[in-house]
Amino acid sequence: MEITQQDVEKVAQLARLALTASEKETFAKQLSQILSHVDQLNQYDTTGIEPTATVMGQVNVFRADIVRPSLPVEKALANAPERESDGFVVPKIIEER
Amino acid sequence: MSLHKLGLVELHKKFTAGEVTAIEIVRAYFLRISQVEPKVKAFVTQTKDMAYQQAEELDHKLKVWRKTHPLTGMPLAVKDNICTDSVPTTCSSRMLQHFVPPYDATVVSRLRSQEYILVGKTNLDEFAMGSSTENSAFGPSRNPWNLHCVPGGSSGGSAAAVAAEECAAALGSDTGGSIRQPAAFCGVVGVKPTYGRVSRYGLIAFASSLDQIGPITRNVPDAAFLLQAIAGHDPMDSTSVDRPVPDYLKALQKRDLKNVRIGVPVEFFAEGIDPEVERAVRAAIGELKQLGAEVKEIRLPRTDAAVAVYYVIATAEASSNLARFDGVKFGFRAKETKDLLELYMKTRQEGFGPEVKRRIMLGTYVLSAGYYDAYYGKAQAVRTLVCQDFEAAFKEVDLIVTPATPTPAFKLGEKSEDPLQMYLSDIFTISVNLAGLPAIALPCGFSKAGLPIGLQLIGRAFEEDMMLRAAHAYEQSTAWYRQRPSIR
Repeated sequence: MEITQQDVEKVAQLARLALTASEKETFAKQLSQILSHVDQLNQYDTTGIEPTATVMGQVNVFRADIVRPSLPVEKALANAPERESDGFVVPKIIEER
Repeated sequence: MSLHKLGLVELHKKFTAGEVTAIEIVRAYFLRISQVEPKVKAFVTQTKDMAYQQAEELDHKLKVWRKTHPLTGMPLAVKDNICTDSVPTTCSSRMLQHFVPPYDATVVSRLRSQEYILVGKTNLDEFAMGSSTENSAFGPSRNPWNLHCVPGGSSGGSAAAVAAEECAAALGSDTGGSIRQPAAFCGVVGVKPTYGRVSRYGLIAFASSLDQIGPITRNVPDAAFLLQAIAGHDPMDSTSVDRPVPDYLKALQKRDLKNVRIGVPVEFFAEGIDPEVERAVRAAIGELKQLGAEVKEIRLPRTDAAVAVYYVIATAEASSNLARFDGVKFGFRAKETKDLLELYMKTRQEGFGPEVKRRIMLGTYVLSAGYYDAYYGKAQAVRTLVCQDFEAAFKEVDLIVTPATPTPAFKLGEKSEDPLQMYLSDIFTISVNLAGLPAIALPCGFSKAGLPIGLQLIGRAFEEDMMLRAAHAYEQSTAWYRQRPSIR
């Protein structure tokens, strides 16, 4: 599988990852190389084989809906890069008219 | 005899007999750390002041009321991707360099309730992605047997700290071999428990369907002892399994392997294996026979596919798990960004190192529209085939024996420019994670250059007791584990 720099740019946008020009070049080369190795999976016939997402087969594990102590606001905000009173500060996301 | 020379079980016995105090233990270990750590560089954070304070409190309390737990006063290290309340947990990443968790991982709260003493948080490949600790944002750890070699990874700091006797034992995490490969490289014992045996709550997620926390220790009884402390169901991890935990130390009492059937998968002795590794592992298989095991050849025909399946599934899960590092609620945030999108993109560009970016890119690609079925769906289906191989094998045998790694520890820088070669060094450990099985790595000899060689035993799901018993019988009959590095 040949990965172009355009592919890399598209994927980086999806992953919310800014890349330098040299990173784009390196990743295009390395991802092509890794994906050609992955292409060997095509030699295995998987018709009718159920995919495995998790091995122990648990589904929908429920617990009782009980009120328990949760993280206090101060502790939850302690690692915030930027905060104001009881909230996280982020750049403005609503455009002005 | 200096206290740092004692393993966990021996130290526990001495401590409960009242022959040593907690403060003496802490003093001995931090003296040892001050001597060897400048060379080994196993730790990201040392918790010396906290350890002294804890030890004083413990000794004081024990004077009044002599009640101890198995881990009371035991000096342990914890991999730096496992959350410790009020102690920085960095994942060896710039992204979390200043992150101080507001809670303990379940494994840590279990250790804490047993009054363990934390000596420090150990180095790893950034976000546990790597096989050498060279991907740490804070510099690599060194192999205590040869400081020019890598300790393995990603739990390289934990394995190096145990081998260098900087802690009595340590916790690591294993997604594709990250406990077993460094244990093999450093000549110590590493256990990856069955998926679901140990809670993952508070382990900073890499690949959630593969990750598992486990012990890294100097010998098999120590591994049984520490696994006992962390195993069991946890309501905070919905994938942890609610079934009884056997008495692992008791399981070690049987010293022979009569009526134990052990399989040798022919695919694991194919091309690429170092002749010295093959010789040591073949000799170990002979020893298992001597102990009474019935040894036979088996087949795991889809072994070849494991690395490819792993690097699709693990990166896909990682790209999703690492989406949380966006510079908003915790961790690193890039400066001077004009809008939210740029904040995300620059934070992640500046916060993550090259290997993490590479895996996020690969994982995002295999999950993206148009490629999902061809890569992610295909890998999940082949994963089923890999599981089926093990199921079939375990109808014929009780344990599987393989080399833990294709080669002994490699030199720093030797593989860091070639990601695919680095990935292929995990070829013997990866399929175990795909199938969720328990496995142990333990020393089985040394190369001519004096580097440890590791044996791997793989068990049936939730049969850690059988696996530990066989590992212990082998360990007792050969005593490789008694050899320690002279760090220089």
